[in-house]
Amino acid sequence: MLATSPAFKQNVRDALADAGLQKALAFTRPSFAGRRAAAVANLPEFEQLRDVGRDIKNHVLANLDFYLETWAGNVEKSGGQVHWCSTADDARAAVLAICQRVGAKTVTKGKSMISEELAINEHLEQHGITPVETDLGEYILQLRHEPPSHIIAPAFHLNREDWEESFRKSHTDLAEDRVFTDRRDILTEARRKLREQFLAADVGITGANFLIAETGSSVIVTNEGNGDLTQTLPKVHIVLASIEKVVPTLEDACTFLRLLARSATGQDMSVYTTFSTGARRPDDLDGPGEYHVVLIDNGRTNMIGTEFQDMLRCIRCAACMNHCPVYFTVGGHSYGWVYPGPMGSVLTPGLIGVDKAGHLPNASTFCGKCESVCPVKIPLPKLMRHWREREFERHLTPQTVRTNLALWAWFARRPAAYRFATRIAAWTLGFLGRKRGKFHALPFAGGWTDGRDLPAPEGDTFFARYARQQRNAQP
Amino acid sequence: MPELTRRPRVALFVTCLVDLHRPTVGFAAIRLLEQAGCQVEVPRAQTCCGQPAYNAGDRATARDLAAGILDAFSGYDYVVAPSGSCAGMISHHFAGLFDNDPQQRARAEALQAKTFELVAFLADVMKVTHVTGMYQGTATYHDSCSGLRELGIKAQPRALLASVAGLTLAEMAEPETCCGFGGTFCVKYPEISTRMVSDKTRDITATGADTLLAGDLGCLLNMAGRLKRENSPIRTRHIAEVLAGMTNDVPPIGEGRG
Amino acid sequence: MTRENILGAIRRGLKRGPLPDDQQLGLRARLAAHPRHLIPARGQLPRPEQVALFLQNVEKEFGTTARVATPADIPAAIADYLAANNLPTDLAIAPHPELEAIDWSLRPLLSLRPGRAQASDQVCLTHGYAAVAETGTLMLPASPHRPTTLNLLGDTAIVVLRASRIVGFMEAAWDLFRAENHDETTGGFMPRNIMWVTGPSRSADIESTLELGAHGPRRLHVVLIDDDSAALKADDDDPAALQ
Repeated sequence: MLATSPAFKQNVRDALADAGLQKALAFTRPSFAGRRAAAVANLPEFEQLRDVGRDIKNHVLANLDFYLETWAGNVEKSGGQVHWCSTADDARAAVLAICQRVGAKTVTKGKSMISEELAINEHLEQHGITPVETDLGEYILQLRHEPPSHIIAPAFHLNREDWEESFRKSHTDLAEDRVFTDRRDILTEARRKLREQFLAADVGITGANFLIAETGSSVIVTNEGNGDLTQTLPKVHIVLASIEKVVPTLEDACTFLRLLARSATGQDMSVYTTFSTGARRPDDLDGPGEYHVVLIDNGRTNMIGTEFQDMLRCIRCAACMNHCPVYFTVGGHSYGWVYPGPMGSVLTPGLIGVDKAGHLPNASTFCGKCESVCPVKIPLPKLMRHWREREFERHLTPQTVRTNLALWAWFARRPAAYRFATRIAAWTLGFLGRKRGKFHALPFAGGWTDGRDLPAPEGDTFFARYARQQRNAQP
Repeated sequence: MPELTRRPRVALFVTCLVDLHRPTVGFAAIRLLEQAGCQVEVPRAQTCCGQPAYNAGDRATARDLAAGILDAFSGYDYVVAPSGSCAGMISHHFAGLFDNDPQQRARAEALQAKTFELVAFLADVMKVTHVTGMYQGTATYHDSCSGLRELGIKAQPRALLASVAGLTLAEMAEPETCCGFGGTFCVKYPEISTRMVSDKTRDITATGADTLLAGDLGCLLNMAGRLKRENSPIRTRHIAEVLAGMTNDVPPIGEGRG
Repeated sequence: MTRENILGAIRRGLKRGPLPDDQQLGLRARLAAHPRHLIPARGQLPRPEQVALFLQNVEKEFGTTARVATPADIPAAIADYLAANNLPTDLAIAPHPELEAIDWSLRPLLSLRPGRAQASDQVCLTHGYAAVAETGTLMLPASPHRPTTLNLLGDTAIVVLRASRIVGFMEAAWDLFRAENHDETTGGFMPRNIMWVTGPSRSADIESTLELGAHGPRRLHVVLIDDDSAALKADDDDPAALQ
């Protein structure tokens, strides 16, 4: 996927001017936070579970090679195949080779963020294979040629009229007098159309929420059931999974399942949690004849052993973006790549480079809400700050910022000079603003005064007044 | 920390914004601390906690400024700042700046343990339950992010405000949501910041309160600036001014004398 | 080779070579012991409350429930449910011994077709292996007796479950499963697929508003056979105890 992250500022302006988007953001914002809060309030052990989840993931990362090898061995024992892929190119080639070998014409897909990372749909299309997204949100986005704006609610930025418009344009068998007065009508039409696709597909591709080392299983968690239809009906099931998805045992997975749905949608448990282990057994009446896992690194190993390793604990629940005031101001597309919100602001620079994604870790107030809801306690603000440090070290920070910072630091290191300079500044601004108490505009302060007044200072610094007071108090 | 038999010696960390912009907050802090039985001193060799450099990725400068603060503030029982953000910087981030210098790190850890935000210090350490300030009006209180999430400041300001004669507290819809200040964020991404602070002033206005209070001057300047731009009559003040009864000493933030 | 590239990159990041044998032994022991972590108290209620909590959770998640005393009562319960909801009486049914043992002839209007589900099936009936009280979740492992498509293709999914198979929490269900299952093909205990189902299919992808029946069943109905006397007792005493 081509990153528009370097154009973040323009993306933001577009997003703020997009009335439909702003309507959807305002409508969705309270429900995300409210649902999680209610679910957490119903489970007194939730906070402790966050610690347990963090510790399990840290244990896995410290022994990642062992658990991946164990998992892969068990996949092979259960008749599945593992395709180890270092890069997105490797992974695309592996998926295409499987599809071509079985003569696939259409491929259904469950929701998978890593498939966005790989841009697998474009690759299949280029080779004459039709991919069909089956998650409702992903499906409408595919019709509209848009990327997802959220990692678990990919199309929440769209309104009902957008759905109707896309269906009328793309579903050519749709009767003209067909009405879409409520959401149910939209759902019914999508269900009808996608049911045909499920039955016709030759290959089904899903992502994975977890890989289980103990059993060689992959796990997907969905509410619609599309992931299950995708993997059950075709001849071949391909799982796309990144290396950090592995957990040791079924019991470890249980802990994450308690955290995942509550953090994501505020459900105690998602509707379908499916453990898949190998292909259809000889006496089974249904299920795919082949089971493949395309295991993908695509830059993740570069984060191991660095200050960014904590990010690999992420279970993609979206709680961080669901609670982020910046995300709900600018929407997911502004971030310009696959992963939006706070987790994207840390992960994206790691995967596509901080030179391209530098705005992302900077566009945060460090309010800390994301860290406070993260089910595996990733210190997201701290990691964003680390990216700012990398930028500063590599001189990627804008020159004006560096110059201002250096000037300020020169004074801040020298209390006497600082006293002198601040006194002049306070006095000048205080004098100019003494009547109205504020400035509507000031030279070089457009960033501030475009949207708000600048309150005027009192006029003298604390230290000047304090020194005077101390002198007067002397006997 | 051992029980003190004498009055605790408290060093006031004024913060650069209070020094430059609103000295009254510093004097209010001194009054509140003295009323609580502290002996207050203001070390001269202080400028800024270094947070602007730290959050810009300039660790070296942040470390230099932190080292200066270690020197200036090490000889006191407590260090208190009228800001959750600056207190949080000292008490949660200083030690990490000296990962490669065990000696300085130990000093930073010692300083961390005795550094507090003003209102939390009054309530939690000095066990203050009542203040002498009086204020006629209805106030709404915004929880600034660092104070709330790094330092757990939530109940303390409300408890002390409840003891201010004449003051009624009206909670806003999302008092814990960031106001969009974020240090240099507000000038680096002004469109996002403006939208965030507009959401905030909408919530503030909806309470019907005549006064907005918070414990961090950065957030206060941001919110007051937006309220003034909207021609709102709501008055904005640092909580210390109200608790110390010093609201007659200075006009509300963003309001003139004339 | 890519496998070695990835493992090598991980080890370089962790600043070590392959794990020494003794550490591998420790990790293998952890896998073999598969220790439980924190189990929420609500999963560890006394037996009667567990069953009540399961039913309550199924309903909270938009499922429906019916209780019968014996397997012989199942045909009537299902016929009543279908009639009450105006649903067709043609059922695709799991070829499971427990379901096959039922005398369906008492309800001749029910037309049963054993096997996997087909696209045209409206109502599917399957057999619940176990269930979890903590979340109201059904455990539906694939087997020749329990085809996966029955969980998915019908508009209405009906699951017959014995109360004695309700456990407090998911870990207990895994223990049950480990003890009772062996997969001939793989030598392990996992079948091709285990679906854990909590309520009917749904989506909130359209304007962040929940709609049932996204791709899978719009209705999920659990018929519970009260074969567990321990579970029945207190339920008669005070059904409101859980509120």
